[in-house]
Amino acid sequence: MFVQFFFLLRKRGLNISLNEWMTLLEALQLGLHNSSLSDFYYLCRSILVHDEADFDKYDQAFLEFFKDIPFGEEIPDEVMSWLNKPLDDIPSLMDDLLAMGFPEEDIENLLNELKERIKEQDEEHNGGGYWVGTRGTSPFGNSGWHPNGIRIGGESRHRTAMSVAGERKFRDFRKDSVIDSRQFQLAFKTLRQLSNQVITSEKEFDIDGTIRATCDNGGNLKIKYKHPRKNAVKLILLMDSGGSMDYYSLLCSTLFQAAVKSNHFKELHTFFFHNCIYDKLWKDPKLMKDSEIDTNWLLDNFDGEYRVLIVGDAAMNRAELLGRNYNWLTGEYTSISGYSWLEIFKRHFPHLVWINPEPTPEYVSFWTETQVIISELISMYQLTADGLELAMKELMVRKA
Amino acid sequence: MLNKFSGSEEYVASADLMSSVNVAITLEKPLLIKGEPGTGKTMLAKAISESLGKELITWNIKSTTKAQEGLYVYDVVQRLYDSQFGNQGVDDIAHYITMGKLGEAFESDEQVVLLIDEIDKADLEFPNDLLYELDQMEFYIPEIKKTVKAKNRPIVIITSNAEKELPDAFLRRCIFHYINFPSEEEMRSILNVHFENLEESLLNQALKSFYWIRSLDALEKKPSTSELIDWIRALNSGGISSADIISRIPFAGALLKKDKDIENLGKSLR
Repeated sequence: MFVQFFFLLRKRGLNISLNEWMTLLEALQLGLHNSSLSDFYYLCRSILVHDEADFDKYDQAFLEFFKDIPFGEEIPDEVMSWLNKPLDDIPSLMDDLLAMGFPEEDIENLLNELKERIKEQDEEHNGGGYWVGTRGTSPFGNSGWHPNGIRIGGESRHRTAMSVAGERKFRDFRKDSVIDSRQFQLAFKTLRQLSNQVITSEKEFDIDGTIRATCDNGGNLKIKYKHPRKNAVKLILLMDSGGSMDYYSLLCSTLFQAAVKSNHFKELHTFFFHNCIYDKLWKDPKLMKDSEIDTNWLLDNFDGEYRVLIVGDAAMNRAELLGRNYNWLTGEYTSISGYSWLEIFKRHFPHLVWINPEPTPEYVSFWTETQVIISELISMYQLTADGLELAMKELMVRKA
Repeated sequence: MLNKFSGSEEYVASADLMSSVNVAITLEKPLLIKGEPGTGKTMLAKAISESLGKELITWNIKSTTKAQEGLYVYDVVQRLYDSQFGNQGVDDIAHYITMGKLGEAFESDEQVVLLIDEIDKADLEFPNDLLYELDQMEFYIPEIKKTVKAKNRPIVIITSNAEKELPDAFLRRCIFHYINFPSEEEMRSILNVHFENLEESLLNQALKSFYWIRSLDALEKKPSTSELIDWIRALNSGGISSADIISRIPFAGALLKKDKDIENLGKSLR
């Protein structure tokens, strides 16, 4: 039964490892949940969940799992017995964990480690015993005041875990809904590869090098300098401008601001396109003639070391993607189709992802067809804090 | 009754925070505290050390802090300098090794509370560099071939403002707690700890205005607990009538630190 809770939490998207689960078992064995469901709720959360963005997922899973437990602190004996003695039935615990697909060796090692720790803890706490169980004399865990102690706040102790979980106070922290510039900046910080190989004009004093050189020099001071650690990542941002993208202009400008603000890139270049990449790109979002550059110029001047982020909704007419495109500005057809250009980009830049403000469609329709075609060629992520983070992670590692 | 313990021992914590503190101490794992600025993350460590009668060692992290500095620093430059003048003690490297905050906590004869403040300010690699040391509570100094092992495992409190994401491997070893901004009810008990005999109507009006200001979307930086305490202090000594508080928000400068925010507040008041 206990393991099923573990399973449910993982199924609901909480990334919990065996290690944390063992820590929880240890805590239960030590009685840190005080035989109450609400304390179990907090205990479990503090050990298993490491990000307030995941609190809501946890609340939901908790509600789902304990939904049959009556309102109030009356816990059925069955639940109580596994809460109080999670390690009594080790063989069945092993079976359950094996069934979940964890390697047997890992489980055994961890369980042994856990037993060791609990043995130690038992000895310690029988001697001193000022943490657990002795709530009367402990400065913690006591409602009211303790001399020189910490006061438990105005919250009623009678609130049940179910009502706390039921409030789902942490809904707002969910990463898949909140988007602001700060979170984008955080995502961009993932794009970092520190190196002292980057050639810059500034140099810093190299203490270790100086000492080594001085020793080699018979003890006479010989000063050495070295290049400081700098981010080696070079980024090209290609943004769709105008048309169906107007709707997302705020979102895109937030993204753009975040990229510019996180000024830790070695180089950041921004170009704009309309609908899809064709023969020409623009340096300015207004797509005026004077900011026009040849796409080939870009390919000639920026090699595969650059990481490329394409931002666009990928929504266009099928012909605009797959056929040669008529250019209104020049009155000529483009040399090759947008799709062919994307293929060239894909080959030229091994680190290439597409960020889409629209969610990836679940099925192909007239309006989403091009989106699906492009996403099969280039990894596509949605423009949310979560999506951007995944995209950045992919940009950091060359995809096989 | 409440005023009996005023002074430095002033900390109001929610039940779930206390539970997390207990869990972390019992399981001997670092406690990672996240939360909005002004929710008392740093104060918590101080309160724990005071209530347990243990020394507090604070390690303030800056963007340039390296994990190594927390363990020990080997002053090679001084040694080199001394060697040029043939000073005494140059042979003894231990002479040039100074313990960092973590080393200090390990070497202490009694259990201490170690606060690693604002860990997210440092490089991305910083937390991972401390994994082994925090897990095993020991480190090795190759220069003098000595292992420093904690005599008593310190109680480790780590705070983060979520400016950078912390690595998974590090998070898995921590007990995590997110401090919510206090509700009006909780705020009332916090204020009761800080003020003696505060006029009831003033407190009510101040709290009402405070939470209203926090709810304004236009603000860049929302006021937090410490600003509220300053503000009430100002209101109290300024002899402002409680009716005025909500309509005029006097001394708004104590609550809002940015000119633009004060301007926006003015617009919202109209």
